Amino acid sequence: MLIDPSSELSFEKSRPGRTGCELPKDRFAAPAGRDGLPGSLRRKSAPALPELSEPEVVRHFVNLSRKNFSIDTHFYPLGSCSMKYNPKVNEWAAALESFSAVHPLQPEETAQGWLRIFYELEQSLKAITGMDRFTLEPAAGAQGELTGLMMVKAYHASRGEAGRRKVLVPDSSHGTNPATAALLGYEVVEIKSNVRGRVDLESLREKVDRQTACLMLTNPNTLGLFEDEILKITDAVHKAGALLYYDGANFNALLGIVRPGDMGFDVVHLNLHKTFSTPHGGGGPGSGPVGVKEKLAPFLPVPLVEKSGERYFLSLDRKQSIGRLKLFHGQAGMILRAYVYIRTLGRSGLKQVSEDAILNANYLKERLKKLFPVAVDEPCMHEFVLSAKTGEGKGVHALDIGKRLLDYGFHAPTVHFPLVVPEALMIEPTESESKETLDRFVEAFQKIKDEIDTNPEIVKTAPHLLPIERPDEVLAARKPILTFRDCDLFVLEKVGHT
Amino acid sequence: MLRTLGARRFEDLLQAVPDAVRVRDLSIPETASELELCRELEEIGRANRNTKQILSFLGAGSYEHFIPAALPQLLARNEFYTAYTPYQPEASQGTLQAIFEYQSLISELTALPVANASHYDGGTSLAEAALAGLRHTERRKVLVARSVHPHYRGVLRTYLEAADSAVEEFGFEKDGRFQREEFKKLLTGEVGAVIFQTPNFLGVVEDLEDVAEKVHAVGALLIIVSNPLSLGVLRAPGEWGADLAVGEGQVLGLPMNFGGPYLGFFSATKELVRRIPGRLVGMTKDRQGRRAFVLTLQAREQHIRRERAASNICTNEGLCALAASIYLTLVGKKGISEIGELNLDRARYLREAISRLKGFKVDQSVPVFNEFVVNSEKPFSEIESRLLAQGILPGAGLSRFYPEMKSAFLVCATETKSKADLDRFVRGLSEC
Repeated sequence: MLIDPSSELSFEKSRPGRTGCELPKDRFAAPAGRDGLPGSLRRKSAPALPELSEPEVVRHFVNLSRKNFSIDTHFYPLGSCSMKYNPKVNEWAAALESFSAVHPLQPEETAQGWLRIFYELEQSLKAITGMDRFTLEPAAGAQGELTGLMMVKAYHASRGEAGRRKVLVPDSSHGTNPATAALLGYEVVEIKSNVRGRVDLESLREKVDRQTACLMLTNPNTLGLFEDEILKITDAVHKAGALLYYDGANFNALLGIVRPGDMGFDVVHLNLHKTFSTPHGGGGPGSGPVGVKEKLAPFLPVPLVEKSGERYFLSLDRKQSIGRLKLFHGQAGMILRAYVYIRTLGRSGLKQVSEDAILNANYLKERLKKLFPVAVDEPCMHEFVLSAKTGEGKGVHALDIGKRLLDYGFHAPTVHFPLVVPEALMIEPTESESKETLDRFVEAFQKIKDEIDTNPEIVKTAPHLLPIERPDEVLAARKPILTFRDCDLFVLEKVGHT
Repeated sequence: MLRTLGARRFEDLLQAVPDAVRVRDLSIPETASELELCRELEEIGRANRNTKQILSFLGAGSYEHFIPAALPQLLARNEFYTAYTPYQPEASQGTLQAIFEYQSLISELTALPVANASHYDGGTSLAEAALAGLRHTERRKVLVARSVHPHYRGVLRTYLEAADSAVEEFGFEKDGRFQREEFKKLLTGEVGAVIFQTPNFLGVVEDLEDVAEKVHAVGALLIIVSNPLSLGVLRAPGEWGADLAVGEGQVLGLPMNFGGPYLGFFSATKELVRRIPGRLVGMTKDRQGRRAFVLTLQAREQHIRRERAASNICTNEGLCALAASIYLTLVGKKGISEIGELNLDRARYLREAISRLKGFKVDQSVPVFNEFVVNSEKPFSEIESRLLAQGILPGAGLSRFYPEMKSAFLVCATETKSKADLDRFVRGLSEC
């Protein structure tokens, strides 16, 4: 067999006395008093880390890696996640010692290269989004949202309008939007979508008032549709004295086409790990820079990078700032990769990214809608949503179709989201894929559609060709086994090694 | 492709975008070839001075440590590097098992039974721990030692102010240990969580005997910020009676990278498992009874609970957590305590040598791990610029963090420093 199916833990492979890393034996300090550490401050029982030789450790992790789908091995059309190719020159740059071996608290004159990267990336993001100022501090989209809403809160408070306690979100929004608003004590108010899958203007006008702090919006929305009444939306919100927050999770559709700043948004977050090609790493690290219009700039977190003459420096003393969000200067390594990506593509390349992403999505939608109905049938932006409701008669759900796709060598789309579409399959091909890949994906869909008609069981019980099939999530939640010590108590004798 | 769509030109697909706001001209420089770009980046990189060129004794929250060669090679495996969050367990057993092992490793180090799949960095994991503590105790105030890293306290304040909760601080003694009297005075029934760091920002290994009992007596939770690389030798948060342990995992195999991406670790008692923010991986069985790993207890998370979630966190630091797993698996049980001993040794040797210099004072009576405070007669800025000219970074000046510590600075010596390195630094200082 090609892939080792074992799921033995490193802790179980451990044998006493082995190590994967020899360390220096010499000691410099005088032996008297040994290390100056009283016994009461010493660890009582040693941590039971695994004991393995270097080749054992290497084989362990390489074999684990082979049980993953990834962008470099598979088409990964996960809606709203922009799983695009991560160019290798980004990684080359991030691995340069001249960047990676720099301490965040070094004197500014010894970190001018880093500060220049921060400064220049900010200039590019301003140009791309039409915002006046950016912070590169936030570590991910959700922290970007938190940063943005903190500034919204501080802005209203500075104008004596702390009574604005409501945040509006569309019913199709990402889960982080209401979760972030709630974290800041806001009351979350949902706005309905209309039959065209867009924000219902009437519902919005009813709900936006003097108690509203802001509207959080993704555009294109999670159905992949551009909010064509966006200028009326921003107008209605601004007339009530509230602000507009742009969730940049879906920004991959807009590079060089339209800018949030021009649409009237006051705060924007971007996901460098989506649109700007930094690798997802199996769930992070991300990076979520936040851009604002001038009126919100005083509230930006510290530090900011400024330039004076040819010298770059950190600005820390800012009185109205919401404060510090991270230990040091944001996800510097991700910021460097995004800088390299933008430099690689340049002005016309960036526009080409969004055009190709839109073209790929529309091509796939046009071909797939013959198999499953599309939620709203009109030109989409970078992604679209199908409804697998037709499979219900056979007991097949969107989730099952996603799992069957794994057998055909494609990662599943985002399933059962957005919540406004029953049996949603949310598909985002990105610009990275060729027409040949998209055609193969359509063929797989066609086969699954046939299987639903002729042999639905094979879809309902998929996948069949992967290391595991349908893990029991209810069991996992009922009796959480979260470390190897838990499994000593419960699983080992019952499940055994495979 | 356009023909399939029945469109004549690409623009037909953009009908929904109002013409008034279309971008006419994007003011971004034109493209550079890969070769030109590589030259440009090497050139920009030369404007940094990195710690392979200069001898650095800077610590203060980010540390230079040895990284075994196998680590970056394994980390670069495309299947780990370019995968998404493991929402499809069948297609992500590699990532999921690696996170499960990471949780186990962190739990071992902190001596607490549960750990999550990571946070953005030590500062945000502390803030999330404080919020979890306040939710659990239904109180709105945390008490924090002033000897906790100033940036950790900064992040804590930002998060807690936004959540309308209060932060109160208690001070430290001249030798750097926390002030017991002030701590006891401020510990009232209003406090939901108490935060200590050990080794603290000033390098001192705190004696936290009785602290957990006192904190629990008023119904509050104890949060300990620790350096995970010290936990092969230092008494672990769980052994001090902590309810939550958090901190920065950069020391576990990540380069300093000018501050990120780093790794916030987070562990807790079993009692708090459903209060834990962020992702958790659990072990279960698949349909055929085989061992399998899944994201679990997701009912706490934003994509299920929306505005009722335990936190808004979504992305974690998956790849950094993987780096930490590889690191800890390579060094193993023996290595983790040896590295601890090496750090104790280097710091002790250097502290003793500096204590003998004229013009410098160090307090040798307090226990430290790999970092300590040096008081000098001359202003730190003068010492720094003199040594920098010789290619040495002497450490972090403390007056920017504690205005009363005018000419003091924080010096760090890890296992990366040879005897010759330490002696060169001492010589440099003696000539200041």
